Amino acid sequence: MLAPFLGVLFDGLSYGSLLFLIGVGLSVTLGLMNFVNLAHGAFAMVGGYVAVTAMNRWGVPFLLALPLAFVASALVGAVLERTLYRWLYRASHLDQVLFSIGLTFMAIATATFFFGPGHQPVTLPGFLRGQVSLWGVDLGVYRLFLIGTVVVLVVLLTLLVERTRFGIQLRAAVDNQQAAAGVGINVDRIFCITFALGTGLAGLGGGLGIDMLGLDPGFPLKYIVYFLLVAVIGGTGTIKGPLVSAMILGVFDIAGKYYLPEIGAFVIYALMIVLLLVFPAGLFGRRNT
Amino acid sequence: MTALRLPSDRWHLAEVGFWLTPVACFFLFPGYHVLGSQILIVGLFALSLDIIMGYTGIVSLGHAAFFGIGAYTAGLLAKHGWGEPFSGLLFAMLVSALFGFLTSFLVVRGQELVRLMVTLGIGLLVFEGANKAAFITGGVDGLIGVTMWKIFGVFRFDFRGYNGYLYTLGVVFAVFLLVRRIIHSPFGLRLRGVRESRARMPMIGASVRRIEVSVFTFSAGVAGIAGGLLAQTTQFVGLDTLSFARSAELLIILVFGGRGHLYGGLIGAAVYMLARDWLAGLNPTYWQFWLGLLLVLMVLVARGGIMDGLALIQRRLNRPAAA
Repeated sequence: MLAPFLGVLFDGLSYGSLLFLIGVGLSVTLGLMNFVNLAHGAFAMVGGYVAVTAMNRWGVPFLLALPLAFVASALVGAVLERTLYRWLYRASHLDQVLFSIGLTFMAIATATFFFGPGHQPVTLPGFLRGQVSLWGVDLGVYRLFLIGTVVVLVVLLTLLVERTRFGIQLRAAVDNQQAAAGVGINVDRIFCITFALGTGLAGLGGGLGIDMLGLDPGFPLKYIVYFLLVAVIGGTGTIKGPLVSAMILGVFDIAGKYYLPEIGAFVIYALMIVLLLVFPAGLFGRRNT
Repeated sequence: MTALRLPSDRWHLAEVGFWLTPVACFFLFPGYHVLGSQILIVGLFALSLDIIMGYTGIVSLGHAAFFGIGAYTAGLLAKHGWGEPFSGLLFAMLVSALFGFLTSFLVVRGQELVRLMVTLGIGLLVFEGANKAAFITGGVDGLIGVTMWKIFGVFRFDFRGYNGYLYTLGVVFAVFLLVRRIIHSPFGLRLRGVRESRARMPMIGASVRRIEVSVFTFSAGVAGIAGGLLAQTTQFVGLDTLSFARSAELLIILVFGGRGHLYGGLIGAAVYMLARDWLAGLNPTYWQFWLGLLLVLMVLVARGGIMDGLALIQRRLNRPAAA
């Protein structure tokens, strides 16, 4: 009885780790720039395709393909932020939604054009395959690796946000853009760097997630709800918020599919509506509007 | 003397011309009645979104839920022995409106972003529900075996869609008249009041919440009629009537046509569906790419859509006369 439960919990946590990795960037975009970026999943897809191409065509090892995915997505993000996104920071949410849906459509069509509509295969290196047995529960090595990566990244991100000069400026900009600009913080630059960091992490998540989430041109639309949820339920301005909400979503989604397969994704959507209504500003919201 | 009056309810000549177009199309393009019906239906669906989005300022990312519920209601009714079209539509509207009424309380609670998410969630929830309840809805295969009785007991729904087109046109026009009347009523003015300033409406004694609940219910009902029409004329209901893609497409059509003009949805639907029909010969992937590019460009350079563009041209033309 306990073993399957632990297994579900473990799977849920590793799934949640991926959701966090991809969703944390969206949370920053939403909190800092007040931008509803439905195209965020497309950046994750860019990372995924870069990783797949690097591994399958150029023979780059898996662990090297991941940073490549991060860099590629971050670059694409930075370029788009400078050329397109920045014009829409003050636009209405509807305009932002339409704009990012448009970007998503273009990304999907482009991916179909270059890679075809099918799923992309990925072969994990040998040391990440198989299972280990811990306290009578079989744990997938790759999922452990996922959780481990995210733990390291969370520590790094927390240090970045709480201990560095950049982090102080970032938090100041989230709390009050005008005042931050007033004391001489280059908010524009902060926006660009943060956006690139967020899309880069999404790309990394996309590369890491090929094995669990799959990778096909429909990816950005299929998972965008989850990423949005991570951001909206987590609230803005903290690392803790998206982390907790991603874990809740991951565990509930896996548990829902495991214990109540006949109603499937119902659990997660219902949970989403309830959480949104109970915590309109997110679990750890700092916004007082 | 123009102060403090209700918006004029009088018919403009251009409006009469607009409604004569589909009548003319009936005679001019005999091979396109099925497509014509679809355009009218999508136009009506877009009108239902316009009521809440263009006039009241509530953005919905899950409006397909109400469209699909209407479609399944009408379809199931006809499948299980009651194929009378008008009462079927009425029932579809009632069920959709009831669902709209119930969910409106969830929607009106939150801020703008929360509303986006909640409507998105409701749409996905209904889709998933219909998908899992395959024993009622037919699931992915769709609802087949919808058999309609004759319209007025006389006209059959034929394969070429002649009678279906006229039936659709009649219903869409009737519903449009109702919507137009409501938009030009004091209630319609209140809707615009909510859109312009939610904070000031309570100061003149209007309950924003009550207005939003009623308009959301009304809009859901209209969407239900549109869905019912689709089910009756095609005699089939697919799961895609509920999909997010349909909600997104609707948003695009309305924004493309122009929000808050009554006619924006219908014009947007006509342009969009004709363009898609034209480009269907090409690879559908290209269509998606160009559609995406069009959206991005529209948001960046031309936010008002076709209707605002027309209004701009009209103002330019009128200016020399006024001066």
